[in-house]
Amino acid sequence: MTELLYGIAIAPFKDMVGSPAFFAEVLIGGVFAGLMYSLVALGFVLIFKASGVFNFAQGVMVLFAALTLVGLLERGVPVVGALLGTTAVMVALAWVIERVVLRPLVNQEHIILFMATIGLTFFLEGFGEMVWGANVKKLDIGIPDRSFIVAGVQINQLEMFAALTAAVLVAVLGIFFQRTRVGRALRAVADDHEAALSIGIPLKTIWLIVWSVAGIVAIVAGIMWGAKSGVQFSLSLVALKALPVLILGGFTSVPGAVVGGLIIGVGEKVGEVYWGPLVGGAIENWFAYVLALAFLLVRPQGLFGEKIIERV
Amino acid sequence: MSLKTLWIGALAAALIAGPMAAAVHAQPKEMFVPLLVYRTGPFAPSGIPIANGFVDYFTLVNERDGGINGVKLTWEECETQYKTDLGVECYEKLKGKGPTGAALVNPYSTGITYQLIPKAAVDKVPVFSMGYGMTASADGRWFPWVFNFPTTYWSQASAVIRYMAQQEGGTEKLRGKKIVHVFHNSPYGKEANPTLEELSRRLGFELTLLAVDSPGQEQKATWLQVRRINPNWIFLSGWGVMNQVAVKEAAGIGFPMDHFIGNWWSASDADVIPAGEGAKGYKGATFHAPGTGFKVHADLFKFVYDKGKGAGKKEGVGEVLYNRGVVNAMLSVEAIRTAMTKHGNKPLTGAEVRWGFENLNLTEPRLEQLGMKGFTHPVKVTCEDHEGAGPVMFEQWDGKKWNIVSDWIPVMRDVVRPKLEAAAVEEGKKLSYTERDCAKEK
Amino acid sequence: MIYREAGQFKTSYASDQAIFPIAQDRWFVGLATLAALVVPPLAASEYWLQAVLIPLLIYSLAAIGLNLLTGYAGQLSLGTGGFMAVGAYAAFKLTTAFPSLNIIAVFVLSGVVAAGVGLVFGIPSLRIKGFYLAVATLAAQFFLVWLFNKVPWFVNYASSGTITAPNRTVFGVIVTGPNATAPVRYVTALALVVVFALLAKNLVRGRVGRSWMAIRDRDIAAEIIGVRPLRTKLLAFGISSFYCGVAGAELVFLYFGSAETFAFDITLSFLVLFMVIIGGLGSILGSFLGAAFIVLVPILLTNAPQSLGLHLPVALQKQLELMVFGGLIIFFLIVEPRGLARLWQIAKEKLRLWPFPH
Repeated sequence: MTELLYGIAIAPFKDMVGSPAFFAEVLIGGVFAGLMYSLVALGFVLIFKASGVFNFAQGVMVLFAALTLVGLLERGVPVVGALLGTTAVMVALAWVIERVVLRPLVNQEHIILFMATIGLTFFLEGFGEMVWGANVKKLDIGIPDRSFIVAGVQINQLEMFAALTAAVLVAVLGIFFQRTRVGRALRAVADDHEAALSIGIPLKTIWLIVWSVAGIVAIVAGIMWGAKSGVQFSLSLVALKALPVLILGGFTSVPGAVVGGLIIGVGEKVGEVYWGPLVGGAIENWFAYVLALAFLLVRPQGLFGEKIIERV
Repeated sequence: MSLKTLWIGALAAALIAGPMAAAVHAQPKEMFVPLLVYRTGPFAPSGIPIANGFVDYFTLVNERDGGINGVKLTWEECETQYKTDLGVECYEKLKGKGPTGAALVNPYSTGITYQLIPKAAVDKVPVFSMGYGMTASADGRWFPWVFNFPTTYWSQASAVIRYMAQQEGGTEKLRGKKIVHVFHNSPYGKEANPTLEELSRRLGFELTLLAVDSPGQEQKATWLQVRRINPNWIFLSGWGVMNQVAVKEAAGIGFPMDHFIGNWWSASDADVIPAGEGAKGYKGATFHAPGTGFKVHADLFKFVYDKGKGAGKKEGVGEVLYNRGVVNAMLSVEAIRTAMTKHGNKPLTGAEVRWGFENLNLTEPRLEQLGMKGFTHPVKVTCEDHEGAGPVMFEQWDGKKWNIVSDWIPVMRDVVRPKLEAAAVEEGKKLSYTERDCAKEK
Repeated sequence: MIYREAGQFKTSYASDQAIFPIAQDRWFVGLATLAALVVPPLAASEYWLQAVLIPLLIYSLAAIGLNLLTGYAGQLSLGTGGFMAVGAYAAFKLTTAFPSLNIIAVFVLSGVVAAGVGLVFGIPSLRIKGFYLAVATLAAQFFLVWLFNKVPWFVNYASSGTITAPNRTVFGVIVTGPNATAPVRYVTALALVVVFALLAKNLVRGRVGRSWMAIRDRDIAAEIIGVRPLRTKLLAFGISSFYCGVAGAELVFLYFGSAETFAFDITLSFLVLFMVIIGGLGSILGSFLGAAFIVLVPILLTNAPQSLGLHLPVALQKQLELMVFGGLIIFFLIVEPRGLARLWQIAKEKLRLWPFPH
């Protein structure tokens, strides 16, 4: 029993202090992983913020975007053209979704819209596989997957690039939401879409923009994750990894997605490396959720989420 | 509502009429093999080449040899997406098809295998889980209807350790070395662990077991720990995306890839694609050769692909998992052929094919006749031994293709067999089986 | 014309408050249940029993469980797979430890164990609401699956890591295990689901159900008028987990035969949630209809091209099936967002007027 307590309360901290370089590696690994999760979570946040829909299909959109990009690249389209082509495809997809799924279900309960996005998930899964095939595809973005050592700490180039991209994307989105007219309109729609309609904000266009931007975020997420593991079906499962980030950061906050991602990423890695071996490892999956749950108990709307105002 | 009832009515009618129509048109000299495949879903990159290899070999047998002793093979693919319930559904749908019912079934998923094992004995359809499934079923006294030759996971683990020892310069040199087993956190991934732990005790190497949660898309924590341990060797028992990410991470931390060995489900062409250059040197265990350098492949090109009857793309021929499918199909065909020596050259029932499996004796000259000299190893199946305890080869990725880099490494039967027999007793009793007496059946 | 209640006079409170007050309804449900009990074991092929009807019944039970929690009490939960796993592993441990215990009692006890676990994981619901709660219940899902993977005691230290249903008899007939025939297992599953559905229906029509619906609709107002949120929500989690636990035990003992934790992963949770939403939240019938949709539509879609004479490659067929399935879900949601149960209700209302237009 004392061994167990020692193992939980004392040994991991001794370890962290005893090998600081390794601890720094774990932290950095956690930060990078967390930013990758935030990339995916951003798509969820964008759509939830503007239309109140929990887009279950975000993971499949990441996969679909990556598949389209790789498919175009494989057919010899130059990189810039492929990126533009993929963006066009995602915008077209957003248009179709808005027309076919969102408009008919406009005032339904959130759970109905959630279910509709699930139907969308099935559809996109089958469609993406049908068009682009089910094989693993390599996505080479020109960054070598080598590591370099800084002060005894090993840092992976590809992951650093992904983290920087995520940071840039978040900054761009932040500016977009705060400083531009469209961003303001988006925030208005997120607040109260009936009021926004009444002052003349075109709801359909806003939704189209939001889903397109989410699609572009999906492209970036697809590139980063696809470069790590190859573009294949399992890419859509990264959405599950993003969910704890969402609940921790709040469903409606862009900075929340980032902060949440960092906390989850670091928490996961530190937990797995220092406490995992006590129980045989592979605790990452549920540890992230438990961590998010712990935060939720203190702040039920997430760290940065909008406070839920309840009316009797 | 009316449209739906119409649909259901039409479908029901078709489903009832279908089998009757099929029976009318059934060819007398045909044997049916159901093919459970996964060409879609998360494991499709592995499932597609296996299915293609299977189908191509059957086509080859029909085209080149006119079937097995004049009896042609027919088959039907059924998509399982590697899911257990779909696998059971496919099996139930197809087990009675063909003039004599299904000749055998290859579940191609450990989960589906476990479901089919009890059914196989009742439906009298042999289950051929080649190199996967329930390891304990290698003891044919408890599992007469299940075969997993040419070798099993436990034997593979022992062969891998033997190879590592060989590379180090001898078994004594393993003492004090560090070996890490990165495995998929599922019963499949854990298969090798007991054998590895036993060998760690006997040979004195330091073993660390690192589990990776399904699906294994994100393995940073695992590989940080690996880097810290700085092992001499890493063994990988992964599946699906876990393989690709593991190879990439290993390359990313700069681990010497020629000391990184994947088991035979973790070392295929799909697994090394994302890592690109970094995967060079990655090794894998296998029980057949990769590539197209064998006469059987020339035959496949001549009789199947040149006639436009290939199941997949021509470039896919020779892929590791494609050849896996070919070997699987070949062993199935040879089992049927063996069964025909006893029961005659006619379409056989599952029970008759089972005898063929149990008495299969694939010799080196026969392999040469099949155009597979050096492709795979001879195998002899007996009533007690459904495993064959076949040796394992090692292949290495050179950046463009897989090449064989070792001889046939024998497995440590003395370590594996006793545990296997104990497990067989346990698993057999769970299913309320009784042990056969092989001597009485001779 | 057929469905009128003209001439049916209720002379007691009990008959007025019956679950099926209209005689035609009673006849219909009674005959349907009898037909379900008699026809498939005699007429259906093993494929239909084994691959379609038995899973349909088992998933219906799980859907009823989730519907109680999500549809009636308004607590969105994605931990169904985990609770079903608890039921399955509890049943395995109980029956291997006490082989003489009647298997039905084992199922009920494993449900109780699952209920206990559900109570524990339901505690966050007192603080967290909506989609946040759903994601929090995922913690339960992943943790429970990890636990069963990690601790070999749950599989009785089997090297295969799987649990297998042993042969067990009820009234002398082998009901579970490798020697149990499909018709017997079907009848057992049917009997269990009918009994539990009846219990659930009565539960939701009574005080407990009303308190759940009060919490679902306006939880602050409910608290003000005296519905205790702690007890109500925990009761919902407990009873829902009981149903899911029994369903999980049935999944292994009556359907799969043997299972590893892979069978209880998050896809199962989502599957049951789909059934509940498509079938109709807050409706017992909806649970059955949703389960029927989710089980039957893929099978019909898989077999349709062949019956029509089209021979598509299997991969393309599966992909088209996925697309049609997704499309159908969206279609049904647009047509009737409140689920198939509402469609059924509308059909019944139209039937009452038939052949008159209004």
